[in-house]
Amino acid sequence: MAALKAGALLAQAGEAAMRVVEAPMNAVERIFGRKRMPWLFLAPNLVLFAIFTFLPIAIAVGYAFTGGTNLFVSERPFVGLDNFRTLLSCGNYLQPGTCQESLFWTAVWNTLWFVAFNVVATLLVALITALILNRAIFARGFFRAMFFYPVLLSPVVIGLIWKWFLDRNGLLNAFFQMIGVPPEIFLLDVGWSRFFVVVVSVWFHMGFYTLILLAGLQAIPKELYEAASIDAASPRRTLFRITLPLLAPNLLVVFILLMIKSVQIFDEAWVLTNGGGPGTANSFIVQYIYQMAFSSDLRLFGMASAASVLMGLVLLVLTLIQLRLGKRMES
Amino acid sequence: MNPISFMTRTRRAGRIDITDILSWVWLIGGTLAVLVPVVWAGLSSLKPAAEITRFPPTLLPRAAVERTVPSFDKPLSLWQVTVDGQQREMAMVRRIGLKAQMVDPANPGPPVSVDVKGMTPVQHLTVATENYTDPLTRFNFLTFLKNSVFVTMVATLLTLIVNAMAAFALSKYKFRGDTTVFVIIISTLMIPLAVVMVPAYLVIVGVGLADNLWGVILPTVASPTAVFLLRQYMLTIPDELIEAARVDAASEFCIFWRIILPLTAPALAVLAIFSVLWRWNDFLWPLIVLNSRENFTLQIGLNAFQGEFSVQWHYILAMTFLSLLPVTVFFLFLQKYITTGIAGTGMK
Repeated sequence: MAALKAGALLAQAGEAAMRVVEAPMNAVERIFGRKRMPWLFLAPNLVLFAIFTFLPIAIAVGYAFTGGTNLFVSERPFVGLDNFRTLLSCGNYLQPGTCQESLFWTAVWNTLWFVAFNVVATLLVALITALILNRAIFARGFFRAMFFYPVLLSPVVIGLIWKWFLDRNGLLNAFFQMIGVPPEIFLLDVGWSRFFVVVVSVWFHMGFYTLILLAGLQAIPKELYEAASIDAASPRRTLFRITLPLLAPNLLVVFILLMIKSVQIFDEAWVLTNGGGPGTANSFIVQYIYQMAFSSDLRLFGMASAASVLMGLVLLVLTLIQLRLGKRMES
Repeated sequence: MNPISFMTRTRRAGRIDITDILSWVWLIGGTLAVLVPVVWAGLSSLKPAAEITRFPPTLLPRAAVERTVPSFDKPLSLWQVTVDGQQREMAMVRRIGLKAQMVDPANPGPPVSVDVKGMTPVQHLTVATENYTDPLTRFNFLTFLKNSVFVTMVATLLTLIVNAMAAFALSKYKFRGDTTVFVIIISTLMIPLAVVMVPAYLVIVGVGLADNLWGVILPTVASPTAVFLLRQYMLTIPDELIEAARVDAASEFCIFWRIILPLTAPALAVLAIFSVLWRWNDFLWPLIVLNSRENFTLQIGLNAFQGEFSVQWHYILAMTFLSLLPVTVFFLFLQKYITTGIAGTGMK
């Protein structure tokens, strides 16, 4: 009933909007002719694209070659490759402390570790969940919705909920006390906090990847499993000879998507760890860029852009690999 | 016990084996892992400030029972104590080290000294509604909420219209450069905000939209994902409908508005759902654009609030819950459309 009412209201609003816009649009059509109408339809989109997407992309690279703290490109000194040189000069790349821009390399290594653990953990959890949800199990829809629910929440909300859960006086410590383990201040301990950033990330996003894998699993023809059961194939054989090979394209998409998304970790880690703490243990690349450019006392837009460009190159490579593999899988 | 067989075996009718049990352990464990932190934060948000950091925590929100006792100005807290080997309910006057001064609330005489070891507070269940009402009146919460609703609604409406128009042009017309335009739009799918956020902010400052809600809205409106989704859907609408309308002398805009848009309704609905979720949950971009408190969206406001008042968990949790509620209700009603939308389009 409510939906009907809302629909009727929407139709009325649409009718009113139509009356306002129709006359000028028709006038344009009379003046320029039908042939030019598609450009009129494209115009709002293209104008917004040009201003907020293409222009920034064009500026991004130029920015990386300038210094100073002035925001406007025309008033910034050209410094050539200096920003890149600063970012990339390092005594020993494995030890951020020996690098000129030690914060950048700390962020790079933190991000790489996060990506490695997060991709493996999320992929594994999502795959197991998808395989289980693909079975004829009671209340499947309920469980699928349950696992998916966190995907919709905001990273800020997730950060705060977990922060409360991991608080000194939080539920996890209460559980620890119950089983006789001394309480911890999880988010102030380097090891624990890194561990929980991955846990929270898996918790937050696994439902999305589960859904993609589940769609892939349901597309596998049932006849193959019937044939396998006639041949009395063991479950292990069925998994490795039928399910996983046929799921490979989806697994690959999930793997690459996960990599691309993991490299860009920012929101939930920022809220959960109070901006990358303890110290710089959870400071990631996007955070480095954000702080370089927008921390009130830094405003090093050139350095931030140079770091963005490097990150963009990595993402470009990942995307190209995805497209390449995607094409090969299709053929 | 073979972990692989438990993941793959299909259930045999009427028999429960180890793989079923493990599946159930996984499913129930997972459900608990999702629910426990959320429900726990929800229950905690109902606790009075004094109770919230009690350790070990109690499950339900409780508060000490207080009673006014004649000849004392302030209400006194009630305690269960053992005096002379007898259980009694007494009111505490003050506490000095390991001893407490107690009086009988019904019949206050000179205070009795009681060992604190044998005392337990008398508590009753309460719901600290002030955790929810205080932020509404005191901490700009309504402003944040208003801003978030404005951004979400306006951005979604514009996203639908602007991208539907573009998708219409790219799916129903043949013109010079149509493929080029489409490829250029789609190619921007690969560029994440993180890479262009510095120059994008420059543009926002350049067009005078810094610290303005429109600066949050406008850059998100033209979305390659939306163009792609809507175009794919519109391609399935037969061109004959448009031909017929043209024969009836309908204008191009009329064709778009009265024929194409209503027929694209299912795709528009999916896009609307996602747009609402994206904009409601946005964090990094508003964080960059918005500086002054009265322009904060809910997410930015919450984050700022937790930075400034990190000890006031009762308010933080209550506000967190208020911002989580719409999404949860949204999900309960639209669960099917959201999950099939994602499975079908792969967008999040």
